[in-house]
Formats: sequence, C-alpha cells, structure tokens
Amino acid sequence: MSEIILDMRNITKVFPGVKALDNVNLKVRKGEIHALVGENGDGKSTLMNVLSGIYPYGTYLGDIFFEGKKCEFKSVRDSEKAGIGIIHQELALNPYMSIAENIFLCNERSKYGIINWDRTYQEARKLMAKVGLKEKYNTLVMDIGVGKQQLVEIAKALSKDVRLLILDEPTAALNDRDSDNLLNLLLELNQQGLTCIIISHKIHEVTRIADRITIIRDGSIIETLVKGVDEFSENRIIKGMVGRELVNRFPPKEKAHIGEVGFEVKDWVVYDPLDDERMRIKHVSFNVRKGEIVGIAGLMGAGRTELVMSLFGRAYGKKISGTILKDGKKLVLKTVHEAIKAGIAYATEDRKTAGLILIDDIRRNITLPRLDKVSRNSVIDEGLEVKIAEEQRRKLNIRSSGVYQKTGNLSGGNQQKVVLSKWIFSEPDVLFLDEPTRGIDVGAKYEIYTIINQLASQGKCIVMISSELPEILGICDRIYVMNEGSIVGEMSREEASPEKIMKCILNSTANKG
Amino acid sequence: MESIRDVFRHNIRQYGMLIALIAIMLIFQILTGGILLRPINVSRLIFQNSYILILAIGMMLCILTGGNIDLSVGSIVAMVSASSALFSVKLGLPVPLSILLSLIIGFLAGVWQGFWIAYVKIPPFIVTLAGMLIFNGINNIILSGKTVLLPQLYVTIASDSIPDFIGSGSKLHITTIVIGIICSVLYIIMELLSRAKKKKSGYDTGSDSFFAAKIIAIALVINLFTYWLARANGLTYAVILLVVLIAVYTFITNKTVAGRHIYALGGNAKAAELSGISVKRVMFWVYANMGFLAAIAGIVFAGRLNSASPTAGDGFELDAIAACFIGGASATGGVGTIIGAIIGGFIMGIMNNGMSIMGVSTFWQNIIKGLVTIFAVAFDVYSKSKAKAA
Repeated sequence: MSEIILDMRNITKVFPGVKALDNVNLKVRKGEIHALVGENGDGKSTLMNVLSGIYPYGTYLGDIFFEGKKCEFKSVRDSEKAGIGIIHQELALNPYMSIAENIFLCNERSKYGIINWDRTYQEARKLMAKVGLKEKYNTLVMDIGVGKQQLVEIAKALSKDVRLLILDEPTAALNDRDSDNLLNLLLELNQQGLTCIIISHKIHEVTRIADRITIIRDGSIIETLVKGVDEFSENRIIKGMVGRELVNRFPPKEKAHIGEVGFEVKDWVVYDPLDDERMRIKHVSFNVRKGEIVGIAGLMGAGRTELVMSLFGRAYGKKISGTILKDGKKLVLKTVHEAIKAGIAYATEDRKTAGLILIDDIRRNITLPRLDKVSRNSVIDEGLEVKIAEEQRRKLNIRSSGVYQKTGNLSGGNQQKVVLSKWIFSEPDVLFLDEPTRGIDVGAKYEIYTIINQLASQGKCIVMISSELPEILGICDRIYVMNEGSIVGEMSREEASPEKIMKCILNSTANKG
Repeated sequence: MESIRDVFRHNIRQYGMLIALIAIMLIFQILTGGILLRPINVSRLIFQNSYILILAIGMMLCILTGGNIDLSVGSIVAMVSASSALFSVKLGLPVPLSILLSLIIGFLAGVWQGFWIAYVKIPPFIVTLAGMLIFNGINNIILSGKTVLLPQLYVTIASDSIPDFIGSGSKLHITTIVIGIICSVLYIIMELLSRAKKKKSGYDTGSDSFFAAKIIAIALVINLFTYWLARANGLTYAVILLVVLIAVYTFITNKTVAGRHIYALGGNAKAAELSGISVKRVMFWVYANMGFLAAIAGIVFAGRLNSASPTAGDGFELDAIAACFIGGASATGGVGTIIGAIIGGFIMGIMNNGMSIMGVSTFWQNIIKGLVTIFAVAFDVYSKSKAKAA
C-alpha cells in the first residue's frame, strides 16, 4: 500500500448556526485520484477550503498532515508553498492578460522585481505543452474558450510545483469533448505522479478516473469506495449520496398533451456585437409546440446561448433579421422588456453573474421582471410581494430561512430555483432555459426537471439548452442539434441517442471542411 | 422573538452610522462647551448644510446605480444661482418665474449629462468632469466674473422662518411645536397602519416591544427637534423643503418600481438588464434628477449668500459624495439609503460647525474630515465582512 500524502483528522468547521463539517477524516494516498462527491452544500468545498488555507488555521478544529508534516496554513499562499494547489469552480484568470502572464501571475519569473520575459515565455510554452494547450503563449485569455482556460489554470498550478492538486468541479462549465480532454490530461498527469482530489457532480466522470471515491453527506463522511474492491457504479454512488436508491434520474413524463405550434422562428440571422462581419447565427429556423420541451444540443460555442438571447428582445447581437411568430402572430421585440411583456422568459446560463442579484433577497429577485404585477401606480405593495414570493418559495421548495434571505447565501440548486420562480412569476408562454441544472446536485436536478415538466404540462413552450446529453435525452420531447451557428439536425426523443447527436455535429463540421 | 440586542446586531450597518452621528454630536457638544446644541446653533447648522443635504439625496441615487458619482453638482449649483441673478436682476423677471426657469436650467444640465451617460455610454466620471468645467464656465460668463446681489425673496426661502400663526408674540414659536406634534401623530398612525397590514398579510414583523420603542423614540426626536427650533426662530422654509425632499425620495427608493430598478441595477447590472430593466432609462433619469436637485440646492444656496458669485458651489460635489459614503453607501452600488446620506451629511456638517466654533483652522478641518471619511468607510467594510461571516 502506497504512503499517505494527506491526512485530515477530525476536521470540524462551524459557521454561525451551521455545522458545515462534522469530525471529518480524510486520507489521500500518494499518486491516486481521489474523488469527493456529495450533494451541494454538503461540505465538499468547505473541506477543500480548510485544506487550502482559505479558512485559516484556527478557524476550524482538527489537524492536517501533508507529507507527514503538520500544517497550519494561514492563507492560500502557505498551502501553495507546501505543495497544494487548488483550482476553483470559478476560474481565477485575468481575461486581459496573456496565457503566459496568467500562468505566472503572482509567481512571476523575476529577479529583483523585474520580470524575465524570455524565461517566462520559455517555461510557459513547456507547461502549455505539458497540459496539451495548443495556443500561442501570448494569446489573451479572453480570446480562448472555457475549456482552454481550464488548461491554463492547470498549467498555472503546475508552475508552482504542486504535489497535490485539488480541482473543484473542473468540468462543470465544459462540454463533453473538452471534459473528456481534461479527464485524459488528469489521468496522464496522475501517471506522472501527481496526486489529485477532484470534486465533481458528474458521477460518470468520477467513476472513470478516480481510484477512490469519498462520499460526503451533511458534513460527514459516509463512506469511501475503492476501485476494484467496492462496486463502482453510478447507482451505487448516488445511493450513497442521497441515502436512498435513486431509481430514475429523470422524473416520469406524463403523457402531456402537445398542442399546436406556439412559437416559431424563421430564418433568424445574428451578427457578432463586436464584429459586424461575423455571422453568429446563420439562418436558423425552429418551432416549439405548446406543452413541448424542445432541447438544443451542441458543443460549447455552438451559438445556442446567442440564439436564445437574441430572440429575447435582442439581448445579444447586431444586425438581427428574421421572423418570430408566437401563436401564428408576428412579433417584433426590440427590448428585453418587450419580450417579457410578450410572454417570453429567459433563465440565464450563469445564475450568479446574470441571473440573480446576489445582494438582494429572494423576494426582490422573484418580482424583478414583473414589478408591475405587484404594484399599483408604480408603488410596490410589499404585502402582496411577500405573499407571492412566499407562495413561490413553497411551491418550488426553495430551502431558505424565508423570503428575506439573500440569494447570495443560498446553495446552487436553491439559487437556480429562485431563477425559475422569477420567470414562472413572469407568466411566460415561451420559456428559454439555458443550462438549468449546471453545477447543482442530483437531488436538486430531479426537482428542477419536475418543475420543467409541470410547466410543459401547463401548455408552455419550453426550449432547453444543455451541454449534458443525458439530460437532454432524459427530458426533451424533441431535440435540435446546433453547431457553429446553424441547426444541423432535428430528432424526436425516440430516435435520439448520444451517438446520433455527436454524429450530427461531426458531419456538419466535416461537410464544411 | 428577537431581543433588542439581536435587532441591533443584525442591523449594525443601519444603526452604526446613527450611533456615530450621536457620538460625534456628544463629542462636539463637550468640546464646544455646550454651544453646538444650542437652539440657535442647531438652526444655523441646518441652514448651513441644507444645500449639501439636498445634493446628497441626488448623489445617493447616482451611487446606488453602481458607485457612479456626479462631479458637476457644485458647478450646477453655481450656474443656477448665476442664472437666477440673470433672470431676476438683469432681466428683471418676477422671482417665482426666475426660480422656475433656473430649476429648468438645472434639470436640462442633468438631461444633457444623462444623455451622454445613458445613450452614448460615456463613463459618468468623465461626463460629469466635463460638465463641471462647462457649467462653471457658463456661470462665469453669465456673471462676467462679478458677484451679483439677489432679491429678498431668495433669502426668505433659504433662511426665513414660517410665520407664527398661533403664538405670535410669545417667546416660543408655537406653530413649529404644533407642526411637530401633528407630524409625530401622523407618523405613529402611518406606522401602526402599515404594521397592521403587514400582520394581516401574515409576515414577520419583529417584536412588539422593539416596534413600540422605535416609534416612540422617533416621535420624541421629532418633537424635541421642533421644540428646539421653536426656541430659536422656528421652522424655516428650507427645513420644510428638506423634510419634504427626504420623505419623497425615501418613498421613491423604498416603495416604487423606479426605486427598485435603481437598486437592481447597482446590485447586478447584467441580471437587471436581463430582467427587462432599461439601464439607459434608469441612468438617464438618475442624472437628470441629479441636475434638478442640484438646481434646488442652487436656489437655496443663492438665498443663503443673498448673491450669485463666480466661486459658488466650489467643492460641494465632494461634500455630497463624502456624505453618501459616510452614510453607508456601497462603492459598488446597490446598497445605501436616503436617510443614510442625510446622516452622513449631518456628520460632516457637525464636524464643520463644531470645529469652526472651536476655532480649528480650515486646513486641520479638512484633514480631520478626510480621516473621518476613511474611517467611516473602513468601519462599513469591516462590519460588512463580519455580517458576511455570520
């Protein structure tokens, strides 16, 4: 048995009112990939923040031993010095700096405070080769995709000579292909001797790469599964996480009555807002029937978000042309406000930066798109507002201390429910959902799917964008496949399969080349 | 049920500034040997600061939209007092008409800036920096660099008391006291009604004892304040104007859709935009409104000096901005209240007044005011980080 590189003993971390970690013991062996899984808010990230010094020594109970030495990290700098690197879910890169500059940010190759650019570039190129990043070292980070940005983060961690790398949801924002690349890279680095701790909600990824899986629930460790010894299946892990067997990951679909076409787009063309010459959405046409859930599958950057945002009152793009028909009538929507008034809603991809006002409470967030519904002569009726918010909170099972809780303090799943409540409150007929379950746990996902099904059964037209194919296949009635700004395929739920969708995408690219 | 201690702990930011105001008041009361809180000095203190407080109300709205400030308000104050002189003295128009025209000019100055900020998307800092130069130049052209005396009615607005209808001849200004009693009774009735309504729609209203303590305290403060003014010259027109503005803008920020839009924009501009809020419209009106309030401040200030002068309004923008930040506004927007800005303005005003009474040189006054601004915001940042940890 190989030696233990990390030993966390009896870690307890208490926030006022909540015990986030309760006497947690975690041992990580040298050279393994150790996965931490658990539902949102169960303490995975807290544990890693304790380890990396974000919660400094003294703010928690228990001991940490790394490579046999007792650690008392006061800051992230201390843990980095000791050889522990952490990559957070939200990337910490400066978009206006080049790849090389980002890799050595705060760790500059310098002498007497003067940066040695030759050395910086040389070493950057070496690290980029190591992580398989095929870009020029002086490309700005804002010009590369999220997948490549993730690689920059890893290169940055490697530049610090880490021996234990922690990745918090590294693939949450990646499409399947980029995720795949990243996982292969981790396996490769692991072969070279790097120990990894990976936090992930994507259980199929975890089972693929991890040597051991530790399941956390409610701040305590439930069990650690070992590859080759324990059963290593998705069902087994989900059972550990939720404490019950989750037979179906998707709620059963009642035979909903799918009506006539409620929403239709014809020959939709959108140009890039920053570049008049670049057509982002290329003559897209699609339709949604009443009560139907239509999925738009595609790789990241296929233009799915851009498509729905441009439809949502031209929130994206320039030189927009094409026709929108709702219930057979032509709609011209010049602003988001007009779109909302016309009964269209768009739940954004990124709930933190574009979906919610995190410093405001649940109530204020829910009523924001339709304040006119809770006000008379522009004066807000707070009693009515609270009543409505409370109703939504109960209906969608938003777990909080009340409607006055700040949305910034909610877990990801509950934040997403607030986003949904907000748009349900706007009473739309057409609802665009952009990555509605990104980065949230299995249980909350299930609840959200249930809500989506309910909305459809009320006769709303639902368009769902998702990068997780199982999800699209699990809940959509019909699927469009998008690639490089065009719709390249359409299939019903019955005919669709992951292979078929990927084939659609690959064929369209091949045809062009 | 929350104990009073809990209420204070949860609202440390809200009450922190109020406690600071009281502390500073007591300190200067002692340092000035009791002069600070003499009725005549309280009256003077409000008189001296009314225009800064009016500016702070508008500035708070600008800051709420995302930490944006308006550097031009001092110049608009000057331009408006100059245009008052132009209309009422040079052109000989009646005073009410010239006041109206001057208010329109201030509003148009705000519209001009709002246009560049909202529709051309030039950062407010730059637009209002340019505005500061432009309006100051216009002021000097109108006055040709000279000071012009204004008609008496301006002075009345800025510093005269309302006539004492009831107790004329008595030492106390009885009308003022009566108004104070009426206001506090109205206040208590409104609070009770709104609380009953809240209870009916079934949401948490906090403890009864705290509620009672709060409304009694506020009613007492209102009456103490009017009694104090009654001992001096009574309620002035400027105080009435100020109270009305505070009430109107507190209502707008707390209870109206427009107010909600302003807070939402400052809290998260992108989310606000995708919720259907027109960022352009909000920015435009906030800056147009700032111009209008600056014009009101300009009229009051002109009345106080009884003249229009080329150097009027110098540095007012900075006092107004400092008042907002001392009063708890967040530098990134979305957090702050009108009452906070007023409290911040009074903290600045009391320091000015107190140090002047003590004979501290203006140089030292500036240093002390600067330090207080830093400490106030540092305290705010500290308490915010504590609240976050909790």
